[in-house]
Amino acid sequence: MGKPKVAFYWNASCGGCEEAVVDLAEKILDVVAAVDIIFWPVAMDFKKEDVEAMEDGSIAVCFMNGAVRTDEQVEMSELLRKKSQLVVAFGSCAHMGGIPGLANLSTREEIMHLVYHNSPGLVNPDEVEPQLVSKVPEGELTLPHFHESVKALDQVIDVDYYLPGCAPTPDMIMGAVTAILEGKLPPKGEVLAPNKTVCESCKRSETKPEKIKIKAIKRPALNELPEDKCLLAEGFICMGPATRDGCGARCMDVNMPCRGCFGPPKGVEDQGAKFLSALCSIVDSEDPKEIEELMETVIDPAGLFYMFSLPTSMRNKFYDKIER
Amino acid sequence: MKKIGVFLCHCGINISATVDIEKAMEALKDYPGVAHIEDYKYMCSDPGQQLIKKKIKDLGLDGVVVCACSPTLHENTFRLTVKAAGMNEYKMEMANIREQCSWVHKDKTVATEKAIKIIKSVIEKARLDEALDPIEVDITRKAMVIGAGVAGIQTALNIANSGYEVILVEREPSIGGKMAQLSETFPTLDCSQCILTPKMVEVSNHPKIKLMTYSEVVDVSGFVGNFKVKVKRKATGLDWDVCNGCGLCTEKCPKKLPSEFDQGLGERKAIYRPFPQAVPNRVVIDFENCTYMQSGKCGICQKVCPVKAIDFDKEDKFVEEEVGAIICATGFETYSVKDIPEFGGGKLPDVVDGLTFERILSASGPTGGEVRRPSDGKVPKDIVFLECVCSRDPEHYLPYCSKVCCMYTVKHAMLYKHRVHDGQPYVFYMDMRTGGKGYEEFYQRAAEEDKVVFIRGKVSKLYQDDDKIVVCGVDTLSNETIEIRADMVVLATAIVPSKGIRELTKLLKIQIDQHGFLSEAHPKLRPVESLTAGVYLAGCAQSPRDIPDTVSQASGAASMVCTLFANEKLKHEPIIVGVNEDICSGCGICTVVCPYDARKTNLEKKLVEVNEVLCEGCGACAAACPSGAAQQNNYTDNQINAMIKAILGKGG
Repeated sequence: MGKPKVAFYWNASCGGCEEAVVDLAEKILDVVAAVDIIFWPVAMDFKKEDVEAMEDGSIAVCFMNGAVRTDEQVEMSELLRKKSQLVVAFGSCAHMGGIPGLANLSTREEIMHLVYHNSPGLVNPDEVEPQLVSKVPEGELTLPHFHESVKALDQVIDVDYYLPGCAPTPDMIMGAVTAILEGKLPPKGEVLAPNKTVCESCKRSETKPEKIKIKAIKRPALNELPEDKCLLAEGFICMGPATRDGCGARCMDVNMPCRGCFGPPKGVEDQGAKFLSALCSIVDSEDPKEIEELMETVIDPAGLFYMFSLPTSMRNKFYDKIER
Repeated sequence: MKKIGVFLCHCGINISATVDIEKAMEALKDYPGVAHIEDYKYMCSDPGQQLIKKKIKDLGLDGVVVCACSPTLHENTFRLTVKAAGMNEYKMEMANIREQCSWVHKDKTVATEKAIKIIKSVIEKARLDEALDPIEVDITRKAMVIGAGVAGIQTALNIANSGYEVILVEREPSIGGKMAQLSETFPTLDCSQCILTPKMVEVSNHPKIKLMTYSEVVDVSGFVGNFKVKVKRKATGLDWDVCNGCGLCTEKCPKKLPSEFDQGLGERKAIYRPFPQAVPNRVVIDFENCTYMQSGKCGICQKVCPVKAIDFDKEDKFVEEEVGAIICATGFETYSVKDIPEFGGGKLPDVVDGLTFERILSASGPTGGEVRRPSDGKVPKDIVFLECVCSRDPEHYLPYCSKVCCMYTVKHAMLYKHRVHDGQPYVFYMDMRTGGKGYEEFYQRAAEEDKVVFIRGKVSKLYQDDDKIVVCGVDTLSNETIEIRADMVVLATAIVPSKGIRELTKLLKIQIDQHGFLSEAHPKLRPVESLTAGVYLAGCAQSPRDIPDTVSQASGAASMVCTLFANEKLKHEPIIVGVNEDICSGCGICTVVCPYDARKTNLEKKLVEVNEVLCEGCGACAAACPSGAAQQNNYTDNQINAMIKAILGKGG
């Protein structure tokens, strides 16, 4: 029997997840020794036709990163799903929609208008917009359909496991690959990361006051961040308490608050709502006006609390239907 | 999947007139999880309950949804029903299709659709309900009564006579409270002290009652059945265990001061006993006014004390007591005349409040029961009584009725007439409120036999003119302005909660209303309980009331305490919020919102720990918890999400 076949694919992503795989460094040699990588557009020259030619279920596992917004992404996701025994949503975008998912705050038309007609530095005198089909002398050129909203991978195809993070850490990738190779997998649908929150591994936890209460909200760009204090207790919005552990609290190690890229801990459906509710609970005031004023100082709440999870938030689940 | 039985109640026509029961049953019979569906005219009736029991047994149901009224009314009924059939009572849910549906809608189609949605959502909840067992807790069968006026005394005696130990804490040196200051009581005119002192003596001799006078509660922790209370025993300047109350020190003390007990009319010494029948019969030193404490000279009391009890020790002592129940009976004060500028602001000596007049009337008072006015000791021949002073005056003072003023003013006027036969009492009143046994007859007697003049109207101002007080008012029945040149004026000032009640309620974690009176758990059905389990209320601390009402309520509170103590173990509702230790990482945000101090962060373990007995299941922490580790039993996020989806979702 040959080595298990592994595929990597990217949908709407920044390429950071691909970097994360490369960040395995010399360990990647162990991976290559154990498996056959049969599809990896960023690094290897295989085409869609090659995948189509494979037997259904012949790929042991496909790691897919990026969110889904175009017909092409849906098509590739469905194709790889059919050919793979396991599909792992790799990274925040595949897991929850990620940063591309913030586009769901705007309509498709607004985005098109901004990008093709109103973007600073844009020169488009003929007001050209991309077309699904364009006739050129050589024949017809096509572009995939741009959907109304951004989706997480499991809103398009069935997903077996999730590797969270923007991007997942090399340790976690190695752990997941090892678990798959050894067949030591948890029940389907699990996130392959610890159940606890980032506070668990945050070194600053010990400095926390007995009760966290804040009188003002501080922005990292405008305030000096203390090196060794719980950032939330100091008034910086740190999503750590509402975010699954597994990263090792690395942002706090370099003096930045957690942004929540690992998504919510097990059982939580809406990370942003949970954090918002928690934030309201620690405001040190009983005066509605004072509370309102303090909450007004949160700039871009949706972008802050749902930086990585807007497409899987309850709001979006209610309004979205998968477009085909 | 769970086998859920759905039982729809018609509630006579309360529900069925607006909700199409048949249509609802048709829509629900195939809903996932529903194993049986049935309707009945009165589900809460005995046959209705029997029907549920039978189906649980016959079909092996493991979840029941009763679609009827509010759970506030019949949740307990149906919990007992399913329990009797062998099902865990916490797997019974009520879908409120009456208060939240049939009673508020007219359109039958809409109401039926809504009822179906409500029921579906409750079925979703029931599907995820887990079996729960009440949390059992031990009880310390000892009560603490705070405040030893007649309310506290009665409560303490009732509990002690039931065989339980009681600690009676009183801020003043003696028990007795305001009732000990009163002259006679309406409507029977029996002497207040004569009926109170036997109870005070009983308290002092009772083997089950531990008296702590001149003491204040300074800290309370714990929970029902297991409170820890820290009491400050204020320094008396002498050893009460040695003092025999002979009173020689008081006799010899050269420093004279106004007596608080006599409302400043009589005198007391710097080492004093508030009044002759004080219980315990002990003296205290007023440190601020004692010559020896101030200058180091004097010490006469120490020299004359035959038992060498006086040590001038100023150190307060603190004791900690463990009790199972606390009764808050901290009583009242009267609105200070000093704060009523239109009536002299306390500067007119012959304008006094009701409590001062009680001392003037009292046989043990500064005038020996003769009615003499404070300024010059003359017997007043024209005396005016004003009712509703600061009460029922929302524009300027307090909106509420102080309840006892009508009756005690009638009593004052009557007693005055009994002492000063040629005098004339006038009473200004807004309405005479004489609800109570024998009260109206008492009022009629004052008007007819004692010729008290009752004037319906209010007084706008008072002023001193020579040795008279000029009372300017209006008679609203004849529509005439009235001016009376009186020798003395008595103001029935409003009853307000005693000082320090806010601090105490914070310690006890009980609520007060907008005027500072203690809030009861339910105004009608739980009038002697606070919302905090194990803390009960008695007397005027809750609202103005007269002696019979106070004594009945005190007995009610005592009975609640005895009911509590009669339990072998306490049963605590298991609908609490625990901690999922697999998820919690000890961020501690839930501890910030817990109003009961039930949650503590263990920084070392990086976990929040919960005292299940302190948790009242309010759910504030579950909402605040950002990780989902805090979930309320049978109200989990999953359940609530499922309920919302059933109501708002397409399937609903």
